[in-house]
Amino acid sequence: MNYHWNWGVFFQEVPGGGEYYWELIVAGIGWTLAVSVCAFLIAMALGSVIGTLRTTANPWLQSLAKGWVEFFRNIPLLVQMFLWYFVVPELIPPLKRWVIEVDPGTAQFMAAIVCLGLFTSARIAEQVRAGIQSLSSGQHLAGQALGLTTLQVYRHVLLPMAFRIILPPLTSESMNLIKNSSIALTIGLAELTFRAREMGEYTFNFFEAFTAATVIYIVIAMTVNRALAYVERKTAVPGFIAGESRQALP
Amino acid sequence: MTLDFDVIARSLPYLWKGFQYTVQLTAIAALGGIFFGTLLALARLSSIKLLAYTAAGYVNLMRSVPLILVIFWFFFLVPLIVQGITGAERPPLMGAERTAIITFILFEAAFFCEIMRAGIQSIPKGQVYAGYALGLTYGQTMRTVVLPQAFRNMTPVLLTQLIILFQDTSLVYVISATDFVGAAAKVAQRDGRLVEMYLFVAFVYFVICFTLSQLVKILQTRIAIVR
Repeated sequence: MNYHWNWGVFFQEVPGGGEYYWELIVAGIGWTLAVSVCAFLIAMALGSVIGTLRTTANPWLQSLAKGWVEFFRNIPLLVQMFLWYFVVPELIPPLKRWVIEVDPGTAQFMAAIVCLGLFTSARIAEQVRAGIQSLSSGQHLAGQALGLTTLQVYRHVLLPMAFRIILPPLTSESMNLIKNSSIALTIGLAELTFRAREMGEYTFNFFEAFTAATVIYIVIAMTVNRALAYVERKTAVPGFIAGESRQALP
Repeated sequence: MTLDFDVIARSLPYLWKGFQYTVQLTAIAALGGIFFGTLLALARLSSIKLLAYTAAGYVNLMRSVPLILVIFWFFFLVPLIVQGITGAERPPLMGAERTAIITFILFEAAFFCEIMRAGIQSIPKGQVYAGYALGLTYGQTMRTVVLPQAFRNMTPVLLTQLIILFQDTSLVYVISATDFVGAAAKVAQRDGRLVEMYLFVAFVYFVICFTLSQLVKILQTRIAIVR
């Protein structure tokens, strides 16, 4: 292979911008992280509610939650991104007016976090449901016997345990979310992969740009992984397998 | 605004061509991915340390990078590799469609590898020893004893991955390949009918993926009963 590597390209100036290429990449990292964090907050909030609804006794709420999960699961994320960015504003006139007035970057960012947030919420909902259902029914009954209302049983008994149990799959889901945020480039959001491709197109040093992006994604993934492993250790309840797996047996 | 769903009927032959490419890409990537994924899984479980680490490194690399970035990588890398192999003077023109097939086979291999590894590890070790005791070689033990059972145990997971793969192939849009989404996007932009086209695409994907996932669920209960 005769490819001429040129790592100095990161310190060259972007034509007409007065900026360096490495600054472009750093700005891309910022957008990737911003989109991922905002989408994760939306996904956690909605996913917890939807997942909890799937375990309640009310059949209407159950089917509503099931429909939610099936809807977001069975349409490709790319198509969902197009739906939120191109289709939804057309169907809601006030939203359309807002999109025209506002800075395009803001509209792209909003569409991206709503899209990724709802998509991920369906996946988190399934994990929350599995987490709640893995608890023995005695926990629910014990809560009731103590005189707690259904809401209190979920709030103080079931959900605190369920969230601890689902921390490992939640970790991989948050890493998936960071990877999925790259799909926002299709609606023009200038996140990391977008910037890497842009830099490649300006300089023809595609492989340097892609290598940088790849390494950055790996570093982000490893950081998130370690951070959540720390949360897992800190929140472990003694006496439960979820916390004991990392501790030495007596 | 007025909706004009007639645009779908008018462009149906073109959309159908795109859809055929999507199915073709999914099928080839699944078959190639399962084949290479199984080899990778055997490598990861191998007692030869170098082989095991190389395979694990490849799988972890593929799994920690976004698919779009991998598609970009291969879009520029594959022509150079082909040039290196054939010794041609300049990189050959590969076309987005052919590059996409190579990309998806190599990318999916990493995901199928993890499924097959779990499948192989679900087989009790005694079966392998029994195979060796019968005088079978490593290859024969794997081919005739372990892998058939691993495939059978993992069938629902493999099929679920197939549905995910079917959805993921839509990402070839980023290198302007004309798959189902690519075809719809081209018509949508030409005729200014984004709403109708994208709603139609979403509807088609939903019907297909929902039906398939329900079938997988039925299959899962069937298999569970037999065992």
